[in-house]
Amino acid sequence: MLIVNADIAQSIRGYGAKDYPNETCGAMLGVDGEEGREVRALFPLTNRRDDSPRNRFSITADDFRAAERAAKEKGLDLVGWYHSHPDHPAKPSEYDREHAWPWYSYVIVSVASGEPRDMTSWQLADDRSAFQPEEIAWAVPPGAIK
Amino acid sequence: MAVKMEIPTALRQFAGKQASVEFNAATVGEALKQLTGAYADLRKHLYTEDGRIRSFVNIYLNDEDIRYLQKENTPTKDGDTISIVPSIAGGAEVIREKS
Repeated sequence: MLIVNADIAQSIRGYGAKDYPNETCGAMLGVDGEEGREVRALFPLTNRRDDSPRNRFSITADDFRAAERAAKEKGLDLVGWYHSHPDHPAKPSEYDREHAWPWYSYVIVSVASGEPRDMTSWQLADDRSAFQPEEIAWAVPPGAIK
Repeated sequence: MAVKMEIPTALRQFAGKQASVEFNAATVGEALKQLTGAYADLRKHLYTEDGRIRSFVNIYLNDEDIRYLQKENTPTKDGDTISIVPSIAGGAEVIREKS
């Protein structure tokens, strides 16, 4: 289960809208606990696919290392990645599956005509055969009145 | 040559939950072969079906990407560190052109 608060979700949607019609991307920083994997911060990254940003994103090894450093500085782990699908459903594509790593949570937000829509999360099966949907539990943001 | 191999978080579950392992290997390729020999479940995540290192798997010898050295034939020496560093990629399906 992926635990996401409203501020985090709103930020991911906002990045998707801002970068539309191109794909947005970034790292999710958080912790794995008994209740699930909690996303506590985001680390937005530049989509390095200059040639096809409308339907592809790429995070380089250097960007990966930067995300790892950011997580370490915050006392968090690098737990996953978010990206958007402009004018496409929030479902992983075959290209997503071919390029995915196990263990990470992959959040996808669909952005239709510039408006963020569905947000889903997925994890790659250990045998790489498919993505398995990961339930998102919505947490209250820190400081919010319950 | 005794080399240390650093395992990225995403793959530690397939390597006995270890953050690093050590092997004696003369080249980077030899070290990777020993790694996937010891931990067979790693192989599918590091290599394509035709035996090439996947495009999103970056292998560094100390601080240098082996693509700019001698790739898997890059020789190692005692005390070297081989790091496996992910790239992350993905995207929606191919955009169909309007007819």
